[in-house]
Amino acid sequence: MGNLARLTDEALTDRLQRAAFSYLIDYANADTGLVADTSRHGSPCSIAVVGFALSSYPIAVTNGWLSRADAATRTLKVLRFFMRSTQSDATTATGYKGFYYHFLDMQTGKRVWQCELSLIDTALLIAGVLVAGCYFDGDGEREIRELANALYRRVDWRWAQNGTPRVSQGWKPECGFLHYGWEGYNEAALLYVLGLGSPTFPLTQSGYATWELTYQWENLLGRDVLYSGPLFTHLFSHAWIDFRGIRDAFMHEKASDYFENTQSAIAIHREYGGRNPYGFKAYSRDFWGVTAGDGPSNEEIRENGRDRRFFGYMARGVPYGPDDGTIAPWAMLATLPFAADAALEGTRHLLDVYPQVCYQDRFSSGFNPTLVSNAGGGWLSRGWYGLDQGLLVMMIENYRTGFIWEITRRCSYVRDGLKRAGFEGGWL
Amino acid sequence: MMQSGTSRGKPDDEKVFLRRVRPEDWTNPAPRKAYDLAIVGAGPAGLAAAKSAAQFGFSVALIERYRMGGNSLNVGSVPSKAIIRTARVCDTMRDAEDFGAPVPNGPALEFCKVMARMRQIRTRISEYYSVHELAALGVDIFFGTARFESADMLCVCDVRVRFRKALVATGARPRTPDIPGLDQTAYRTSSTIFEMAALPKRLAVIGGGPLGCELAQAFCRLGSHVTIVQNDPKFLPREERDAAEILSRSMARDGVEIRLNTTVVGARRENGAKILRTVNNAVACDIQADEILLSVGRVPNVEVLDLQAAAIEFDTDQGIKVDDFLRSTNPNVYAAGDVCLSLKFTNAAQFSARMAVQNALMQAQQRQSSSVIPWCTYCDPEIAHIGMHVWEARQQSIPIKSFTVMMHDVDRSITDGQDIGFVKIHIAEGSDRILGATIVASRASELINEMAVIMSAGIGMKALAAVAHTYPAQSEAIMLAAQAYKREFDKTGEEAAAPATSGEAVDEKSGRGWP
Repeated sequence: MGNLARLTDEALTDRLQRAAFSYLIDYANADTGLVADTSRHGSPCSIAVVGFALSSYPIAVTNGWLSRADAATRTLKVLRFFMRSTQSDATTATGYKGFYYHFLDMQTGKRVWQCELSLIDTALLIAGVLVAGCYFDGDGEREIRELANALYRRVDWRWAQNGTPRVSQGWKPECGFLHYGWEGYNEAALLYVLGLGSPTFPLTQSGYATWELTYQWENLLGRDVLYSGPLFTHLFSHAWIDFRGIRDAFMHEKASDYFENTQSAIAIHREYGGRNPYGFKAYSRDFWGVTAGDGPSNEEIRENGRDRRFFGYMARGVPYGPDDGTIAPWAMLATLPFAADAALEGTRHLLDVYPQVCYQDRFSSGFNPTLVSNAGGGWLSRGWYGLDQGLLVMMIENYRTGFIWEITRRCSYVRDGLKRAGFEGGWL
Repeated sequence: MMQSGTSRGKPDDEKVFLRRVRPEDWTNPAPRKAYDLAIVGAGPAGLAAAKSAAQFGFSVALIERYRMGGNSLNVGSVPSKAIIRTARVCDTMRDAEDFGAPVPNGPALEFCKVMARMRQIRTRISEYYSVHELAALGVDIFFGTARFESADMLCVCDVRVRFRKALVATGARPRTPDIPGLDQTAYRTSSTIFEMAALPKRLAVIGGGPLGCELAQAFCRLGSHVTIVQNDPKFLPREERDAAEILSRSMARDGVEIRLNTTVVGARRENGAKILRTVNNAVACDIQADEILLSVGRVPNVEVLDLQAAAIEFDTDQGIKVDDFLRSTNPNVYAAGDVCLSLKFTNAAQFSARMAVQNALMQAQQRQSSSVIPWCTYCDPEIAHIGMHVWEARQQSIPIKSFTVMMHDVDRSITDGQDIGFVKIHIAEGSDRILGATIVASRASELINEMAVIMSAGIGMKALAAVAHTYPAQSEAIMLAAQAYKREFDKTGEEAAAPATSGEAVDEKSGRGWP
């Protein structure tokens, strides 16, 4: 852990936050403003990472890492790019119906890898667009507001329902809507709120109710929770929306809210880490964070009566799995707003025992100490992933100041979306 | 895996089997003037109905087109479970080293012995379904194809069988999708897969429902390279997502190649191989196989019955239309089993048949909507369910909560090395009333029966928490789930809003003296 260990909690989180933010600068394209999915050579842009970047520029301004003018310039560049990019059903367009393909060429902005027109990743991007539109409120920043407004209003959320109450997970020009819908509670809460808030092409309200029908309210490892396995699903929507004290019909019925639910989920993840039912190396109440992230992949061993199958990039979950002993080193720290003590104790333990997970003060995407590599010390994901860095920047800020939450509380689209989803009470 | 040996089962097995289920020298009896109950189909539903009605003293005619026992005995539950048992043995042998008992060269498979064992088992069980067993109960058995001639008359082999009441229990057969070229591949279905003389090196399974998953995993464990193609994004669409995903990972662990969200768009033969053309998100791919198993659901056997002659409404996809009492649109004709139920399982067929007999002949008013029938998919781990699913409760605006115990927290599961899975008990929130349960465990098919008894007896979570279980036992998971409820109840002090279950009374009557 080196000198990180000597830092106070505040200094430690400041330093890690700033390093995470620097990814969004270091791996942004100078012409388009697009940000790379990973730090690996040749990585395309992930539109979700752009959403995190747009949300993080104002954070950088408030922390003095960027001037407001610089942040506005970066923001304007990327908003202009999206506004001018090709929207069509062509296979190499940037987007269609106001949505965008998951992965784009960093330079041209064209679709790559025959990827899907992604609803959730568009939602993460648009959330960042709305933060920008709300934050840059100066006279000289009008174009940002106009572009943000226009980009949001042209998203045809209703089209994504394909004439049904369900919302598809995506669409491809080659085969139309994907079969996958949203089943069970997860990060799609943000997608539904933004989709419902649209004044132009809103999701039908029955869409949200239909999704809620798939929720599972469970008593798991001694705690009540609206279940979702991967930890990130309890965090992503919360990076933007302050769910404290506001309740939809479901949470009203359960006398809880989604913020408290994330706290329960974190407690379950810690408890699972402590129980360590499958005997993975290092798991404990201070070593947890089973979520979506990079993994060892293509490895299979049998050890002490256990199958050890390892997976690549995938959504891992607790307690039903999949779990191959891989944690996301950033995940514990990302829970700061919900469980500060657990987040800090776990992060410090991780940095103390496995300092290699934090190279240049940035956490890697995945770490598996059970699978010992040739170099020893467990398997470690190469480089960094933009999603992880962006989420950390926002969560640390929300923990410290509630800055992003304050911005989106003022966003009429977010407020309308929440109300149409049936949320009431608290700050709403 | 090694394959060796040419040993066959007892040559008499098949003869004995056929003598029981379809004797060559069988002569249909002269029909009575009229039967209290005429049953079409001698599968699980027909046989259960015939035995039930005969034991109550009613005159019964039982008409079977092919063999006694139906799919379940001949090509369904019985043979598949026999094969699955062998597959589990192979799996255990592979993992034997982990238990300190290594098998040096791994399992050596003699496929013909596997199939011979299956036939022996089928023969043994067929005794209870035999024509002689039924005839001894006074049932008149007719072999031949039946059709309705009028509202109270059936015709079989030009012989008229008049009835007071009738029960259609003709079951269902494998569905055949319209896949170009598939006909040219000599594909197999559940009806023909157990006729294979040799283990296929490569097996392609189309369909990820219960049978497709069971056999994909079993043949993989026996040594075939298995690829399973499923149209949906997950296996077992009827089951909850967590259960289906655990199964998916279990099959992947075994080595099954999994193609979810993938459609078979064509088939052909090429250089001796059978090839499936598949498409996943617009990406085409070929799967080569030596055998193809088609398992994409079942369609009811209704076509040759001339149901219109008896004013019985039906749908070629959904089967005979019945009301809650299993009565068709002809008030004297009932239906049971796969020919009318969406739940196409042997136990559901038998249960519905007995209910239909009660309703048809004994003026009972038993409703199928109030029956609680468990079912199970016999993969490893097994996936069993009873009662409501969470989404069904939520669709009906019933507040529902699940108490979950992971099998890795159950001592016996740990000692058995069978700690994958969970027990979930779904309750009506605000009460301790059990609405349903889902169990994923090595022996979920056994555990779910405890839930069936509990639900049938109306026992609630509070009472269940106080029922002593053997230790260690995998069924302890059920008790632990109830105890989790009890802890929460004690903590919150919330009295049940609708204490519909009163299991305490059961305990008081039993007078058990456990501490």
